[in-house]
Amino acid sequence: MTLALAICVAALALLPLGYIAAATVDVGWAGVRELVFRPRVGELLWNTSRLVLGTVAVCAVLGVSAAWLAERSSVPGRRLWHVLMVAPLAVPAFVNSYAWISLLPGLDTYAGALLVVSLSYFPFVYLPVAATFRGLDPALEDTARGLGLSSWAVFRRVQLPQLRVALLGGSLLVALHLLAEFGALQMLRYPTFTTAIYDQYRATFNGAGATMLAGVLVVLCLGLLLAELRLRGRHGYARTGAGAARPVRPVRLGALTVPALAALAALVGLALVVPLGSLAYWMAAGASSGLDGSALMATTGTTLGLAAAAAAVATAMALPTGWLAVRARGRVATLLERSTYLGSAVPGIVVALALVTLSIRATPWLYQTVPVLLAAYAILFLPRAVVTVRAAVEQSPPVYDDVAASLGASAPDRLRRITLPLLAPGIGAGAALVFLAVVTELTATLLLAPTGTTTLATAFWSASSALEYGAAAPYAVVMVLLSAPATVLLSRNARRGLTP
Amino acid sequence: MTSPGRALAALVSIAGVATSLAACGSDASGAEKLTVYSAQHESLVRAMLEGFTEETGIALEFRDANDSELANQIVQEGEASPADVFLTENSPSIDVVDKAGLLAPLDPSTLEQVGEQYRPESGTWVGFAARSTVLIYNPAEISEDELPGSMLDLAGPEWQGRVGIAAGGADFQAIVSAVLALQGEDATREWLTGLERNSEIYASNTAIMKAVDEGEVPVGITYHYYWYRDQAENGLIGDDAKLHYFGNQDPGAFVSISGAGVLASSDQPEEAQRLVAYLTAEAAQEKLAESSALEYAVGTGVASAEALPPLESLGAPAVDPGSLNAPQVTELMQEVGLL
Repeated sequence: MTLALAICVAALALLPLGYIAAATVDVGWAGVRELVFRPRVGELLWNTSRLVLGTVAVCAVLGVSAAWLAERSSVPGRRLWHVLMVAPLAVPAFVNSYAWISLLPGLDTYAGALLVVSLSYFPFVYLPVAATFRGLDPALEDTARGLGLSSWAVFRRVQLPQLRVALLGGSLLVALHLLAEFGALQMLRYPTFTTAIYDQYRATFNGAGATMLAGVLVVLCLGLLLAELRLRGRHGYARTGAGAARPVRPVRLGALTVPALAALAALVGLALVVPLGSLAYWMAAGASSGLDGSALMATTGTTLGLAAAAAAVATAMALPTGWLAVRARGRVATLLERSTYLGSAVPGIVVALALVTLSIRATPWLYQTVPVLLAAYAILFLPRAVVTVRAAVEQSPPVYDDVAASLGASAPDRLRRITLPLLAPGIGAGAALVFLAVVTELTATLLLAPTGTTTLATAFWSASSALEYGAAAPYAVVMVLLSAPATVLLSRNARRGLTP
Repeated sequence: MTSPGRALAALVSIAGVATSLAACGSDASGAEKLTVYSAQHESLVRAMLEGFTEETGIALEFRDANDSELANQIVQEGEASPADVFLTENSPSIDVVDKAGLLAPLDPSTLEQVGEQYRPESGTWVGFAARSTVLIYNPAEISEDELPGSMLDLAGPEWQGRVGIAAGGADFQAIVSAVLALQGEDATREWLTGLERNSEIYASNTAIMKAVDEGEVPVGITYHYYWYRDQAENGLIGDDAKLHYFGNQDPGAFVSISGAGVLASSDQPEEAQRLVAYLTAEAAQEKLAESSALEYAVGTGVASAEALPPLESLGAPAVDPGSLNAPQVTELMQEVGLL
């Protein structure tokens, strides 16, 4: 029964991929040649790949340097810097983009796009790298230093190889997010596959042109996943026994302290102060044109309701998968678990496109309803729930259950009194992560929201697309306020030394 | 599988079912509520229909989106479409729905409220507003005598990187459909190829106006009312820009019509007909003329806003509103790489 449910969940997660594959077969080779092998697709490919490569490089440099400074150097206020380096995650990329472009309209270039998305995404590299730094035994570094290596050589030859997995994982996250990014790049007038699919969708609804572009985008995503696996390689960096790590002795920056502080401050200024300042400016400017409080309240209510429902659905769906992955280890369980990850690597625009078409054709009674929107959220954010539920199951030994059974407790009783209480923290954390992701989801919501349903993200989007920056600001502020707690949570987790 | 596993599974399915039921429940629609798919500007439609619900007791629910998106959506939805009434910003999209045979004939009395040139012969939809194509330009960047005589000139090499367009928007695509109807396929392809090289793509007409105002590009193809509306409000975005009307029956003087139609699949056809009749009647047309929308009224005998040059004076080319071919425009734009 659990297995059957887990299979259903995996099937749902893979639905968009299946749809794209089926549509490609449907269009046929001639159609694919006409729609894919054309100059426009080449242009988009060039735009998309140079932005992804550039952003990954910039994020890697920013993320690793900031993590080294915060974890291994003598820079003052390391705790504070750590929180500030994670804080940009509270500002959704499309809000950051709005903040910049509304102040500097000239940013609609490659360099502008690179700047804005890098500032939004570098914490994805910073977080795992900082956590890894914390987990590294400083003895290795001390030994290397004792053998005469400079700080730079220690970083390059000892630390960097051990950061490899975290760095690659972070970079993969950046790249996947970027391939899926719609709002930020549309606002910066930087066309990529995702924005082009949206334009096609607007012109033809779910026409073959949109679907084929989506096919190319999916191939790019899968290519990235494979590349990351290959690059990660088979080297192991674990060692036997935890050892007795000494506290880190920070590298003395000496005369470099001031430049290091200036660099960190500049990064925080660009990634945090500019967007928040811009929001404050537009809030003040928009206040004169009158803030529609009741619309804002209603939209916030709708958004919170959808997010709560999506969190419930996604965690419920994560339970069978997470349970099997631990309690019935094996190829099948791994395959089912990985399917949910694969499904969510597909960009939101593709998931939405697939669900629009499938719901019109196969389940017209579900078309344009909340369940379809929730299904999209579930597909997109399932891994967040699966990972946390799985970890919770991992930490609740089956022996409690067996003991309760031997004492005569019935299955529902054990579920209520043993299993669920043990899993509760994990379920709660997973639900919270999904909840927060839904609050700022834009792309899929734009395509799938039922008639009359407006969320914070779509209300913000329609106002800012009309260049009514003042009217858009309150929605952005609410989104940032709602995301802030998650950011604090993330930085705290890393503080405790939770390694990926 | 262990039995807690089974119980867990049961719990999950109950939770799932409960959530979807709860979600469905909120969608239950009451009687006497029309679903309107509207691609026209929200503010304009709301202003024109202000008082409709009060007068008739018929509630309205709007699905606002882009022209082509909604049109193609209705075609996909077919008979099952939840829409009762379709309002477009430009006529090519309502024509897509009409060609698919999904529109019901309108009451003759409704058709008569609007001049013949603002509705197709089929009588399945009717114009309720009109807008003129213009070239917006920045006098600081380009002098008046450098402006092109025809919109088709903008494909020339001297305009490289100097023309703002909103290629992804329905407005620009409607203008292309007029070029297609007036000049034929080959000339349109040639024009679009030139534009693909020459143009800077913006996300909306407002964005074009802002870019021209700030000197990013000297000229842009857009509709008249964006600039007039901005002037009427405060001129914040476009005060440094001016409008150039092509006139002379040039494709660039194309007047685009916003269409209204009733879906044949509507389960409330009478109410839907009433809505379209209301929209084209003198009262609503006058509201349009008085509103800040600054589009042209098309009701017989209704004068448009005073700020605007009279519609008849614009030298618009004669285009049969039923002849604009949106799907072919999309294909051509895909072909040259504008989409």
